[in-house]
Amino acid sequence: MALTIKVNGQNHSVDVDGDTPLLWVLRDVLGMTGTKFGCGMALCGACTVHIDGVATRSCVTPVDSVGESQITTIEAIGATKAGAKIQKAWLDNEVVQCGYCQSGQIMSASALLASNPHPTDSDIDDAMFGNICRCGTYVRIREAIKKAAQSAGQEG
Amino acid sequence: MILGHLTPRPGQSDPNTLSRRGFLQAGAAAGGGLMLSLSWPFADGEADAAAAGAFAPNAFIRIEGDGQIVLTMPYVEMGQGDYTAIPMLIAEELEVGLDQVRLEHAPPNEKLYGNPLIAGVQATGGSTAIPAAWEPMRRAGATARAMLMSAAASRWNVDPESCRANGGEVLHAPTGRRLKYGELAADAASMPVPASVVLKRSEAFNLIGTPAKRLDSPVKVNGSAVYGIDARPPGVKIATLAQSPVFGGRVKNVDDTAAKAVNGVRQIVRLDDAVAVVADHMGAAKKGLAALTIEWDQGPHAQLTTDEIARGLEKATLNPGPVAQNIGNVEKAMANAATRVEAIYQVPFLAHATMEPMNCTVDVRQDSCEVWVGSQVLARAQAAAAKVTGLPLEKVVVHNHLIGGGFGRRLEVDGVARAVEIAKHVEGPVKVVWTREEDIQHDMYRPYFFDRMSAGLDEKGMPVAWSHRFAGSSILARFLPRAFKHGLDPDTTDGAIDLAYALPNMRVEYLRVEPPGIPTAFWRSVGPSHNVFVTESFIDELAAAAKQDAVAYRRALLDKSPRAKAVLELAAEKAGWGQPLPERAGRGVSVQFVFGTNMAQVAEVEVSKDGAVRVRRVVCAVDCGVVVNPDIVRAQVEGAVIFGITAALYGEITLKDGRVEQANFDTYQMLRISEAPAIEVHIVQSSEPPGGMGEPGTSAIVPAVANAIFAATGKRLRKMPVDASALKQPA
Ligand code: FES
Ligand code: FES
Repeated sequence: MALTIKVNGQNHSVDVDGDTPLLWVLRDVLGMTGTKFGCGMALCGACTVHIDGVATRSCVTPVDSVGESQITTIEAIGATKAGAKIQKAWLDNEVVQCGYCQSGQIMSASALLASNPHPTDSDIDDAMFGNICRCGTYVRIREAIKKAAQSAGQEG
Repeated sequence: MILGHLTPRPGQSDPNTLSRRGFLQAGAAAGGGLMLSLSWPFADGEADAAAAGAFAPNAFIRIEGDGQIVLTMPYVEMGQGDYTAIPMLIAEELEVGLDQVRLEHAPPNEKLYGNPLIAGVQATGGSTAIPAAWEPMRRAGATARAMLMSAAASRWNVDPESCRANGGEVLHAPTGRRLKYGELAADAASMPVPASVVLKRSEAFNLIGTPAKRLDSPVKVNGSAVYGIDARPPGVKIATLAQSPVFGGRVKNVDDTAAKAVNGVRQIVRLDDAVAVVADHMGAAKKGLAALTIEWDQGPHAQLTTDEIARGLEKATLNPGPVAQNIGNVEKAMANAATRVEAIYQVPFLAHATMEPMNCTVDVRQDSCEVWVGSQVLARAQAAAAKVTGLPLEKVVVHNHLIGGGFGRRLEVDGVARAVEIAKHVEGPVKVVWTREEDIQHDMYRPYFFDRMSAGLDEKGMPVAWSHRFAGSSILARFLPRAFKHGLDPDTTDGAIDLAYALPNMRVEYLRVEPPGIPTAFWRSVGPSHNVFVTESFIDELAAAAKQDAVAYRRALLDKSPRAKAVLELAAEKAGWGQPLPERAGRGVSVQFVFGTNMAQVAEVEVSKDGAVRVRRVVCAVDCGVVVNPDIVRAQVEGAVIFGITAALYGEITLKDGRVEQANFDTYQMLRISEAPAIEVHIVQSSEPPGGMGEPGTSAIVPAVANAIFAATGKRLRKMPVDASALKQPA
């Protein structure tokens, strides 16, 4: 079944079953491997993308449910204001270790920052709870989100 | 910097071009540059030579005609920062900036890239990378610098002593002349290798000791980093698999009619003990797998339970075992002791649950095989592929990748062998990706251990006798059989023997008991992951029996270990040890000397009325000798602490009917950001040789948490993970 999806501003026509999780369409069909597989059950957040700006687990999102919506992945998040700030804060704070979870972390964090420029600790917990980091970078993730929020604030 | 997969260069991996004696050798690089190789042939007598610690690991520095400095990395990057800290060592001596160094993954070649601290196995593990690399990598950099300087001096016809190296150039100050390394590389290649070089003194370090930025971060924040699971050779198909749910079982019957009808499924591969579905994408492969009906012949372990395994270990500890350490006379001291304390400890099987699930991409052709994988043991990966295909080693090309979490899981090559078995039946390349369920249920686990402790105390409550007897799997006996001698191996007992404490009479016995059918493997902090929990909990019990403060009691036993004592004091001070806490909150301490690093941790926990434990704050003091990159040291402690708390609070793999009961992150839980404590790391300045930092944070936190729970509730937890029901406040 041929479907058209919009990823990072581009239309892609894909020929897969409609119930195929978006994750595999991105990774295996379109070759966009920045979005990661961790659990396949919405338990770890590694596969997080934005659908119309909302952080979404692509491993449990059937590709035919996306419709006309805009999909944004880690490969293009730097083009958004919140995404660029988060990436910079991630580098400034040296958040990354193995890095495998970080695409998902950055996608969740940038969705948070875009919708809530001054998140509290509990806002951060709520938005980031679903993203596991086996390397244990949580302390730095929290600091980096706060730093990104500060820089957002300074620019008014 | 290139962090993708790279094909090994011809000539680079040819051991015959290298000195049989080891040490440094220089030559011309392809394209007219300088190539310096540090080599050690491990082919004969390697274990003994390695034990003597007398030689270098292997590295290549290539300085190309355009001045590019290329370092072939013998250690892999799995988050621990080797791809930053090791180039720092070379850049420091070469007098170049870190940004002037480009990295390549080393190809498989045990002779060239064997790790001297792991008996010459080409392995990254055991927190050995920096300790192993510290001296030889700097020596390699200094030698290259000296040869570049001689090349410049002879070109200018001046005394080399009047030249200086800086920023990738050689300068002649008196005349103001300068030449870039690239312009000198070809000449330098024909200079004699200096017999000795002077390494920089620590006061002169520009890079070592600074929080230099990680080289692998930029590609990891924009999705461009390439892990094994991201390999996409042209035409690659995706496969996923089901292995016998009972270890040692076999496939009896497969009905694949429905699976074959799934859109995108190409092929079903039936192996002896597994079935794989090959498809255009993982979505189809998973759907195909779900549509299979597989009947298993469960084999001999179909009734196995964790309890049965624990009972077997318990029984084994009723008899004496091979003695790993014996000091003084324990029987006599025990008989004369004023008080005796006895306890039994147990730790569970644990899965690694690396964030990147197991995967391996393989293309088996008529007369060759190509493998794309992220591995901690590249040469073993190559050997595994050669064995399964029957091809000679040199016909197997292995491309290493960034690793999405190792923790010991990728020291094993079962996943490589499995992928090659599948690929043998598939035309063209196939990427075998394990589902998370398969990853957790077919891991190779941190062993279950059963420990009997007893101690005798004198009238003042100080230990005069210490006896520790335990049973469990020896990973090293399988992983490196020659390291298993007289029933003992140095890993299983690490953290149980050679304690930092002065114990006048002490005996440690180890009984190797392999659990039937359950594969075991190294897991972050290896032997100490079990032993430090036991010893540091038990010493806490002794302090409590003696009615003494847990820090003061330890301190009194640390006179012969000043560095351990210093970190203990520092951690206690920074944590506010002794200051009052609310009800059902408490602090616990641990101190250890393992992986060549002294570390103390104080954990602060609170226990809710219903028994839920929350770790609020962790203070860690560490003396790991010279610090190459303090920010990476900090990050490793933070990560290792989270890893250990996850194990302490949730980590347990159990078996029922021979099957692992946990399957995904709902049943094998990970600590989440909302549960993460504040973590403070205090680094002691030191000029001792560097110790390992990837693992000690994990072994230290587990007893600190257990001891804090005791302080908060009076309940001593002798079995991990924490049993919240035992901590409920009585109504
Ligand atoms: S892979 Fe989607 S949440 Fe884990
Ligand atoms: S950085 Fe490795 S899992 Fe998060």
